[in-house]
Amino acid sequence: MSELPAGTTRERGLHLLREMLRIRQFEARCAELYGAGKIRGFLHLYDGEEAVAVGVMQVLGVGDSIVSTYREHGHAIARGIELGPLMAELYGKRAGCSGGRGGSMHIFDAATRFYGGNAIVGGGLPLAVGFALAEKMRGGHGLAACFFGEGAAAEGEFHESMNLAALWKLPVLFLCENNLYAMGTALARSESQTDIQAKAAAYGVRAAFVDGMDVFAVEAAVRDAAAFARAGNGPTLLEFRTYRFRAHSMFDAQLYRDKAEVEEWRRHGPVISLTTRLKAAGLMSEEEFQRIEKEADAEVRAAVDFAEQSEWEPVEDLARHVYAEVAAP
Amino acid sequence: MTPGPGSRITYREAVKQAIREALAQDPRVFLMGEDVGKYGGCFAVSKGLLDEFGEERIRDTPLSESAFVGAGIGAAMAGMRPIVEIMTVNFSLLAIDQIVNNAATICHMSGGQFPVPVVIRMATGAGRQLAAQHSHSLEAWYAHVPGLRVVEPATIDDARGMLRPALESPDPVIIFEPISLYNMEGELTEAAAGVDLSHARIHRPGRDVTLVTYGASLWRCVTAAEELAASGIEAEIVDLRSLRPLDDAAILGSVRRTRRVVIVDEGWRTGSLSAEVAMRIVEQGFYDLDAPIGRVCTEEVPIPYPKHLEDAALPDPARIVAAVRRTMGNAQ
Repeated sequence: MSELPAGTTRERGLHLLREMLRIRQFEARCAELYGAGKIRGFLHLYDGEEAVAVGVMQVLGVGDSIVSTYREHGHAIARGIELGPLMAELYGKRAGCSGGRGGSMHIFDAATRFYGGNAIVGGGLPLAVGFALAEKMRGGHGLAACFFGEGAAAEGEFHESMNLAALWKLPVLFLCENNLYAMGTALARSESQTDIQAKAAAYGVRAAFVDGMDVFAVEAAVRDAAAFARAGNGPTLLEFRTYRFRAHSMFDAQLYRDKAEVEEWRRHGPVISLTTRLKAAGLMSEEEFQRIEKEADAEVRAAVDFAEQSEWEPVEDLARHVYAEVAAP
Repeated sequence: MTPGPGSRITYREAVKQAIREALAQDPRVFLMGEDVGKYGGCFAVSKGLLDEFGEERIRDTPLSESAFVGAGIGAAMAGMRPIVEIMTVNFSLLAIDQIVNNAATICHMSGGQFPVPVVIRMATGAGRQLAAQHSHSLEAWYAHVPGLRVVEPATIDDARGMLRPALESPDPVIIFEPISLYNMEGELTEAAAGVDLSHARIHRPGRDVTLVTYGASLWRCVTAAEELAASGIEAEIVDLRSLRPLDDAAILGSVRRTRRVVIVDEGWRTGSLSAEVAMRIVEQGFYDLDAPIGRVCTEEVPIPYPKHLEDAALPDPARIVAAVRRTMGNAQ
């Protein structure tokens, strides 16, 4: 286990841990609510990958745009979407951040420029290229951050987007969360070249591996890539080596991997690793850890209450939002 | 000097004028697609625009339909007004994920937070001996999808006028341009400035039978109507213009006047727009009909290369006239 970066303050360390715990506690509750039938459809949990979302969002500013995947609760929470509207969305309630129309896989939020939860693997990459293109054409300094899994690297849209972003030197951060399994298919079972950053590099996209279990490593790599993009130098792909501790979705019996493998990764999980390091450095006591956990629990409880009390959208509104009801920006 | 109303111009020139006007009037507008810049457009629609507006706004793309259509969707959501040109509908199948899964759904999935004001133009149709992979008419596939608006200008005025309301629409608009019409000449009229995106238009009034059609088939219907007129049958031609939404009121209004209808559609018959139009007439105007609804569609074959076989596959005036005479049946 690596040391804390030199100069890490107690405040900084606790902030990062708190953010990861908010995601973890939120999703632990989601799993229970799924079992209780409150959340339906597909539910893809981020458990184990929290350091990526939290590390990335330390760098992004209000003018940056985010394109995400169907495993996006962590991205949404780290970006600053409140837990209440997020939980209400998972319930399908009107007060949900997408008005209840999207559910777990389609979290949208105009206020934080969170452009979805895209549930077609690879489908979000071209959109991110478009956000970056708009930004560049307007002479702005914003960038587009695009999350996707390693499975997306097999899609044509990945390759087309790498080429276009590099060709036009667009400010895109391609953030590949390599959790080793595309649903149940290990990378080596589906890809002749398992080195994803090498694929990006072939298109002239700057690329690097990052330890996706270390929130400090994630933040540092993203800070560097963002500065590169904002200076007009074009896109970067970061391949975060990470792991999902839970099943792909709630329907997954996990026949494709050993329990021992999961346990081994859990020992290096982002939350336990940061907790251990903060304690070892004398920056956090066990009591403080428990207090942070309790605060996160309370926030999640309030979010569940909010979702429970939210109204269902009336059926009379079924046909709404198929076409825009407001002028486009 | 841009020719104004009253002048005779080609369909191609009408589309180009519309694009040029949009680029000149709105800095958010740009044109993006394969060979739109240096080459001047596969069908020469954008010839000269690169010199006039520069590389930033006339963007040649790689042959990556999914990426550049998706980029157009993203740029539109971010406040730009891209005109994305897909060379032909045949290649749009490589971008159908972006069109159907993103452009058509994001406004709805986001609870109305993110309209997608992208305009996607693509050429469509057969008739140039380009064989099966370059001759599709797949308008019905796109017209099937809620969230999209689909139009097909068949006249000079519509070719000139439809782009402006398409760019003003907060929704994704697909504009189909029939390949066989690019060289067509006609008069540009004042009406071009006021066309809309959602209404059908009576192209030719007539009392005896309604021909419902769109795109290049409009002109097949015009030829057929002239032939029918010589034998005393006055056909009313309804140019759908908008394929989604369909203008039920205009279709039914004409059918109620003539009580007979033939639908002419360059798409294949099975699961076609002609089937949808016919069913709406049955649902809303069954008792107004004096005869079964007739259809003239493309034969159910991939479009063949030899001219005589391609001609035989497509709707033509002779088949339209024959279908009308069948529909007139006892009345004649």
